Amino acid sequence: MSVAALVAPRAVFVKPSPLPGFGLTFGFALTYLSLIVLIPLAVLVWRASGLGLDGIWRVATEPRVLAALRTSFVTAALAALANAVFGVVVAWVLSRYSFPGRRLLDAVVDLPFALPTAVAGIALAALYAPNGWIGSLLAPFDIRIAYTPAGIFVALVFIGLPFVVRTVQPVLEDLDREVEEASATLGASRGQTVRRVVLPLLAPAILTGVALAFARAVGEYGSVIFIAGNMPFRSEIAPLLIVMRLEEFDYTGASAIATIMLAISFASLLAINALQAVSRRRLGHA
Amino acid sequence: MTTRRLLLRAGAALGAPALLASVRAHVANAQAAKEVVLTNVSYDPTRELYRALSEAFARDWQASTGEKVVIRSSHGGSGSQARKVIDGLEADIVTLALAGDIDAIARESKRLPPDWQSRLPNNSSPYTSTIVFVVRKGNPKGIKDWNDLIKPGVSVMTPNPKTSGGARWNYLAAWAYELDRTKGDQAAARAFVSALYRNVPVLDSGARGTTTTFAQRGLGDVLINWENEAFLTLAEFGADKFEIVVPPFSILAEPPVALVDSVVDKRGTRKEAEAFLNYLYSPAAQKIIAHNYYRPLHPDQADPADIARFPKIRLVTVGDVFGGWSKAQPTHFGDGGVFDQIYKPGSAAR
Repeated sequence: MSVAALVAPRAVFVKPSPLPGFGLTFGFALTYLSLIVLIPLAVLVWRASGLGLDGIWRVATEPRVLAALRTSFVTAALAALANAVFGVVVAWVLSRYSFPGRRLLDAVVDLPFALPTAVAGIALAALYAPNGWIGSLLAPFDIRIAYTPAGIFVALVFIGLPFVVRTVQPVLEDLDREVEEASATLGASRGQTVRRVVLPLLAPAILTGVALAFARAVGEYGSVIFIAGNMPFRSEIAPLLIVMRLEEFDYTGASAIATIMLAISFASLLAINALQAVSRRRLGHA
Repeated sequence: MTTRRLLLRAGAALGAPALLASVRAHVANAQAAKEVVLTNVSYDPTRELYRALSEAFARDWQASTGEKVVIRSSHGGSGSQARKVIDGLEADIVTLALAGDIDAIARESKRLPPDWQSRLPNNSSPYTSTIVFVVRKGNPKGIKDWNDLIKPGVSVMTPNPKTSGGARWNYLAAWAYELDRTKGDQAAARAFVSALYRNVPVLDSGARGTTTTFAQRGLGDVLINWENEAFLTLAEFGADKFEIVVPPFSILAEPPVALVDSVVDKRGTRKEAEAFLNYLYSPAAQKIIAHNYYRPLHPDQADPADIARFPKIRLVTVGDVFGGWSKAQPTHFGDGGVFDQIYKPGSAAR
């Protein structure tokens, strides 16, 4: 690396690496990514392009589409933030303590991954409906979860939890205890150790988890549809609008909304990646 | 963990699709000699109906021609089923909730001619149904007719007409009711439907979803639904919990059937598919239809006991009131149509 840097100061496409096989693996990676991700997305954008830029803009600024996009992205962000807090707590408990049933609890975390989302939605709706277990407890206080925007939040927290736990947990397990002990011997209180030492080390992992949970939540359809109530301007998510356009055989309109969602998601993920880079650099990981 | 299991796994990952395809091809070849498989793409609540009809037809057909026919039915929301056919699902016949969806197939995919609906008797509808109410036992809110649905404090369950075929019938029935009551006042009809949707707390995407929300989640005072679904709801969730209220006025729902020409010609199944559709109009099929809570085209051919279950209602058609689906669909349910306007910000229904 250092020799190469000395010999070739300008940027070169193929950086000589001690690992052989760059050409082959790079080719594979590119082909695979193209087949699985880039080409389908390109088709989507191509379909939407039938409307032209101003057509897409018109779709994007329809009050109903705007309201649905707001519902989708804001609720997904809130759910991801909730998972950032409680997911870290769960990861902490699972990696730091040993107690009977830990393995079982560990496995339970993955269930939202495995469950068909429609099943999750039906289960949550049954639970939070005014006549459900939780819903009936809240009903006397006039709190309604199912069939309101709060229902969407509950569903998105449910499907997003494993993303945060599974990204934070391994980092937490690898964290050297010595670092915390060193912090303690230098006179830091436990709160200070967590705040100043542990959390900064976890930050990149938490951000990754939040990004994954957020991205997953934005596109979620199956579970939300059963618990949201789907009222226009209130609890209607953008993916539902896409489905509605499809039902009207309006493929271009559907692709337009999808492209807008894609653009916003991509921008949000880029922003999160940038944040991550910053937090890495602060720690000297870069 | 043995090598065999590993091999199996590898096989499942790599070779399964190819293997499956070849097995399927073999099966298809083996069956080609003696069995014809028809694909029927239908809507949600017809599962039980078409299971019974297909079996009866297969028996009949084998007895008269010696040929074995198997009819596979696929069910789902009418609109999304139509979309699957447009996108390439090879349906020999389509039996959907409304003519508008088959029109869309004809328009978008050209797989059947635009005049498909005139090819079979009664606008290609061998059975009809209507829209009725299901209420909780004892009818605590005293719902008798459409105008009871817009009273304050009455919570109405109906799916989203943008995604549910049945919900479009519900919507048009309400519109037709007010139009009839006011002797043709379109503005009044619109205000009536807006007021009705103001009483709808949840818009599920399909008829079955709404039935679940009403029957199992306990939401809503009244469920607007297909007559056949209403009977099934009572059978499924208990006649001790719900009762059917039949309004004196409703809409005649005509779920049509059609042959998909380009598919049957390609697959060589025209003869069987045509025979099945004609069979739906036969006395035997009419009897099965009535037994499954659909109103048969020829009530005299059905079991009188089954017919007695259908109350007399004054029924109007989409053709009479709305000028057919080709007009009703874009006006009311198209993008920016009347239904979308009901939910415009600042409008009555919000």
